[in-house]
Amino acid sequence: MQVSGRFLPWVAGLAALCLVVGLIWGFFLTPDDYRQGATVKIIFLHVPSALVAINGWMVMLVASLIWLIRRHHVSALVAKAAAPVGITMTVIALMTGAIWGQPMWGTWWAWDPRLTSFLILFMFYLGYIALWQAIEDPDTAADLTSVLCMVGSVFAILSRYAVLFWNQGLHQGASLSMDKQQHMSDTYWYPLVLCMAGFMLLFLALVLLRTRTEVRRRRLQALILRERMA
Amino acid sequence: MIALLLRDLRLSVRSGGGFGLGLAFFLLVTILVPLGVGPESALHARIAAGILWIGALLACLLSLDRIFALDHEDGSLDLLVTAPMPLEGIVAVKALAHWLVTGLPLTLAAPLLGVLLNLPVHGYPWLFVSLLVGTPALSVIGTFGAALIVGLKRGGLLLSLLVLPLYVPTLIYGAEAAQRGADGLPALVPLALLAAISAGSAALLPFASAQALRINLR
Repeated sequence: MQVSGRFLPWVAGLAALCLVVGLIWGFFLTPDDYRQGATVKIIFLHVPSALVAINGWMVMLVASLIWLIRRHHVSALVAKAAAPVGITMTVIALMTGAIWGQPMWGTWWAWDPRLTSFLILFMFYLGYIALWQAIEDPDTAADLTSVLCMVGSVFAILSRYAVLFWNQGLHQGASLSMDKQQHMSDTYWYPLVLCMAGFMLLFLALVLLRTRTEVRRRRLQALILRERMA
Repeated sequence: MIALLLRDLRLSVRSGGGFGLGLAFFLLVTILVPLGVGPESALHARIAAGILWIGALLACLLSLDRIFALDHEDGSLDLLVTAPMPLEGIVAVKALAHWLVTGLPLTLAAPLLGVLLNLPVHGYPWLFVSLLVGTPALSVIGTFGAALIVGLKRGGLLLSLLVLPLYVPTLIYGAEAAQRGADGLPALVPLALLAAISAGSAALLPFASAQALRINLR
């Protein structure tokens, strides 16, 4: 709590700085694309939020594993705290994608593999959060949601490939990858990296904040229980 | 284990509701879809395989919460957990019993309902085989969902929310196999992938379900 309390303002401040600089740079200081016009700039919201949405689930998976193996209570709370942030990011990615898709593809929604996998990810997040909400006992809830998270991860990956099998897509392939080849002009690349870093830091800050809230809620409940016992 | 299987089968046949309900629901879905999309038979022929798969999936979903709920209410689930048998085996037997009373009848009924939806002639064997291979996965995954919510009072809606995303790959490959069969295309690839999902989840998911049950009955 002490360490996270000291780090939290810095992380939040850094996130705000990255986002403000990245978004202003991205929105106002980059040129319009010669075919897409100004709509290309939605990439500065769409790509980072999608990235965080997927990695949020990974965070939940790792935290669930730590909870199941080491029974470390904070990790269960991290998994609980990450889910609402992750689902929000999923919704942002879907919405910005739809807003971009309407002028570019001529449709708000297409049953494209990537779009469909994201919708399925949204459903997974929804089920996970609903299970947390439904169970009263915190330890039981943590156990069951961890099991669900692991089984769900396997099925999410299966769905990803099933959906690829099911339809060939409209969405472009991955332009950003770790290999050396550059697919993107530097004018867009630098602000995009800044935005991605900003979204990652924002995710970290929100999860830290929510986890601290959960820890305090646990402490409060323990205090109330002790009071009632005495 | 065989005694448990027979007990589950007897209970589901005799206690009313569970056995015929899924079939009746399946029939209703197949009747309602043409009423909804209009009487054009060429359209029905095109969507028949998908509709039948969705109908089977929903009918399966309907009966899931009965897998553990009744046993949990009268306390026999606690006895089963303490019985000298691995809990994974009990869960697998439960899933098998669920498949025998819902998946198998649905598979047998699907070709009959295919007639209602004007399914092309060469689609029948593919529809039948894809359901035969795919419905066990539906039962096993559903058993996992039912094990997660066994202690909850009103778990029905939550159960569908939890289980539906898990059903996605099964539905895609199953409906794809049936659809390709109906269109006269080679359908072995989706069928093989469907079989892989069924076999994999039947082998691994009982462990997760047993774990969930242990947590719930702690």
